[in-house]
Formats: sequence, structure tokens, C-alpha cells
Amino acid sequence: MRLKGFISIAIMRNSSLFFIYITSGAVLLSLLLVHASFSESAQQANLEEKAMLVKTLKLTDLCLFTEARYTRHLSQADLNTPFQDHPLSLEHFPSGSFTQAPERTGERP
Amino acid sequence: MINWIEKQRYIIDFTISSLLRRKVKNFGLLALYTLIVFILASTMFFTYSIKKEASLILKDAPEIVVQKIVAGRHDLLPVSYLDTIKNIRGVAAVESRLWGYYYDSLVSANYTLLVPPANGSSEDSAHLPTKATVVESESGVDTSKPLFELNGAVLEPGTLIIGNGIARLRNIGKGDYMPFRAFDGNVMNLRIAGVLSSQSELVSSDLMLITGEDFRKLFGIDKSYVTDLTVVVNNPSEIATVASKIKKRLPQARPIIRDEILRTYDSIFNWRGGMMIVIFSAAVLAFVIFAWDKASGLSAGERREIGILKAVGWETSDVIQMKFWEGAMVSLTAFFTGVILAYVHVFFTGSLVFEPALKGWSNLYPNFELTPFVNLEQLTTLFFLTVVPYTVATIVPIWRAATIDPDSAMRFTGD
Repeated sequence: MRLKGFISIAIMRNSSLFFIYITSGAVLLSLLLVHASFSESAQQANLEEKAMLVKTLKLTDLCLFTEARYTRHLSQADLNTPFQDHPLSLEHFPSGSFTQAPERTGERP
Repeated sequence: MINWIEKQRYIIDFTISSLLRRKVKNFGLLALYTLIVFILASTMFFTYSIKKEASLILKDAPEIVVQKIVAGRHDLLPVSYLDTIKNIRGVAAVESRLWGYYYDSLVSANYTLLVPPANGSSEDSAHLPTKATVVESESGVDTSKPLFELNGAVLEPGTLIIGNGIARLRNIGKGDYMPFRAFDGNVMNLRIAGVLSSQSELVSSDLMLITGEDFRKLFGIDKSYVTDLTVVVNNPSEIATVASKIKKRLPQARPIIRDEILRTYDSIFNWRGGMMIVIFSAAVLAFVIFAWDKASGLSAGERREIGILKAVGWETSDVIQMKFWEGAMVSLTAFFTGVILAYVHVFFTGSLVFEPALKGWSNLYPNFELTPFVNLEQLTTLFFLTVVPYTVATIVPIWRAATIDPDSAMRFTGD
């Protein structure tokens, strides 16, 4: 009986294999969405703690890139700092290419 | 209905056999397609999550930060600015901040030295022991521990509280001493009173909390100066008005409002950014090559195949259905594989592929786990960006080929 089942899997049609793959892909993706949803709620306390640290220490920036002061404190950099050599110079630090000059609603410094 | 399903299954069976006849070409195509989906999905997951996390973490950042600008650069701010700003109507409180950078040549890393607010706001309080927001030194990740304990370690003159990134980089912990070269060349040995938790690395990896007294001693900053000011406004809707009043009264001042801080992080990893446009243009270019390959016509072998199929009785609609399934199979397989791998990459391996670019030239990099902010909208966008164009690009040339005479299709030898 087992052998029969094994043989039937071995000679399974291509279309069946394809649908099994797509279905398992869809199920796995749904499970990842469920994981994302659960992690979001599980991480809520951690996020609040980080927000509290920001509030307590009056922090202004994320510690994403520590290689230059204008990438470490993106929001605090003056507008000319990212282009220290020349206003049209290429970005000096790799992480600088992920970022943009800080947003300013007021007058330029 | 059952007949229709069975027919589609036979068409799929035939299509897979047909694809397997050109194994190298089709597996190569599938691998490249999966790679494109993987890169696009990883970029999308990472940027969306980091932006969302930034907006949640920085929601309580200072309402207004006031800096002083001299000759286009930051300068120390006189304490007298405090009184000028306090007198502006709508201002609830003004506090000074003392912070700066220290370059550690031993590990070639920059640290951010910060005086906790209660310590730096007044010189009198700088001499008092301050309750610090720390946890004990820890070796591994322990989510049960809070980021800080109210009755934890005490920050007092001669001590430091360091971020977990520094502890990892220097292999030091609570009780160890760290030497600093002060502005006058003297060496200051500061004892580590505690280490900030590893869960807070996204904001505190390179932080060093120090007393105002030690900070001034280290950098030689006079008591009449601070780094910048934070302003609390009575009515949140008046933040921009208060900021413009500050600018008016103190022309050398530069107010930065919280909204600007949040928008700075909202525009991070924007598609216009250097590295991002390289990633996107490479992905788009690869996709255009795919589409061009498909849309510019079929190979002689494929044409002959269609000719034979039509000669043995397949109808035009059957051929088109076969090619639809071919496109759908390749793109769906690439989509599911690429998206699942991207999720694992970003949220389980800490963006291993992006890490070298994100680290750049820095030696001190935070180890952080992103909260997976993934929703159906992102997946739908990815689906329509990748699966639909490919499937459509597969069908269009088939329509032309499938409508021609089988005899001429089989005779066609040019490519």
C-alpha cells in the first residue's frame, strides 16, 4: 500500500507538482504575513521602550550609519555638510548615497 | 467545468515538458527573474520597515531643536539664548543639550557622547548623581529585560554608560575603564557604570552617556555654552510659528522642528538616492531585457513547435493558453521564491546582502532586528510590478505566431 503511494507520488503529473509548489508557496507566504503580524504586536513593547529612550534622552536620530557626523545625525546636519568638498562633488561615504539632504521647511542656514 | 480543468492540466503538463526541453535557458531565466524579485522585495521590505520604525521611535523626539550656525557650520550656543527663547509666547520649556563626537583611534570609530538631559540642563545638577536609564551588562539578547531600569546604575562624575555597539566593539562591559584623551592632552579614565540594552541599538549603539562635568572637562567647553537647545511648545499646532519666532529673534539660530526630523527619515532610502537608483535601474534593465527577448519574437524552434501543434489540431486559443501558462508558471514560481527568500533575508538574517553597503566605512554598526511591517498592499504592488508585465509580454508575440499558417510556421528557419 505504501509502495503504491510512493509510486503514485513518483509518477505525479507535472501539473500536480506545479500546483503543489504554488499552493505551498502561497501558504508559506500567508504564514510569513501571520508571522509579520504577530512579530509586530510582540515587538510593540520593544518599540515603546526605544521611543521612551528617545524621549528621555531627547534623541533626534537613529543610529543607522556611524561613518560620518552628517550620516549619524541626518536631521541635524546643515545643508552644506554632506557636500563638504564641493557642492556638486560625489558623495564621499557609501551610506550617504542612501540618504538625502535633510528636509527644511524654514529658511536655509 | 471538470473538462475545462482537465484540459488546462493537460496544457500545463505539456508546457512543463516543453520548458524542460530547454532546461538551461529556462532555469537561467527563472534564476535571474527570482533574483530580480528578491532584490526588489528585499529593498521594499527593508525600506518600508525602517521608515515605519523610525516614525514610531522618533514620534517623541524634541518638538524643536535650536542650533547656532556660524559661517555655515554648527557652533556652540550661548546659554543666554535660553532666556531669549523662554520669553517667546507659546514656549512651555527650554532645555539645553550637551553632546558631541569622540573619535576612538584604537578601533577607528566615532562615538556619540551625550549628557542626559537632567545632567546638562543646569550646571548645579551636573554635580549630582543622576539616575540613569540603563540595564546591566549583558552578553546575549534577552527580550524579557527592559531597556532601562529606573533604579539601575547611577551615572556620576567619572563614570559612563555605553551603548551595546561600543561594548561589543571594544569587548568591554560594566566595571571596566575606558581612557579618553581630553582637549588638553590629559588622559581621562572613566569607569563604565552600565551598558544600554541590545534591543535599543537602533538608537543607542554608539551612545555614551556622560555627566555634564566630565563632558566639559573632556572637550574644554566653557559653562556658558551648550551644544543646542530643545524647546517644548504649549500648543503642538504652534510649533512652526514658534520656530519662526525663534529665527526672527535670534537670526543666527536654526530651529529644526520634529516634523522635519520625521520627514528626513521618511525620505531615507528614497528611490532617487544613489545606491537605490543603481539597484532599481539594474532590476528594471534586467526586466526590460526579459520583456524585449519575449516581445521581439520567438526562436525558430518555438515557431516550429507552434506550427506542429497547429498542424496536429491545436487551436490558436490553445496555443495562447499554453503560452499564458508558460509565462504564469515562470513568473509565479519566481515571485513566490523571490518574496519568501526576501522576507527571510530581511527579517531573519538582518539584511545580509545589503549589510556591506549599509555599513559603509564605519566600524561601529548597530545590530538590530527590524520589526516586520509587511502588508498585503506591498505584496500586491510587487505582484503587479513583476508577474503581470512578464505574463503579458509572453502572450503578445504568441498571438502573432499563433495566428499564422502552420505550414509557413514550420518552414520558418530564420531567427
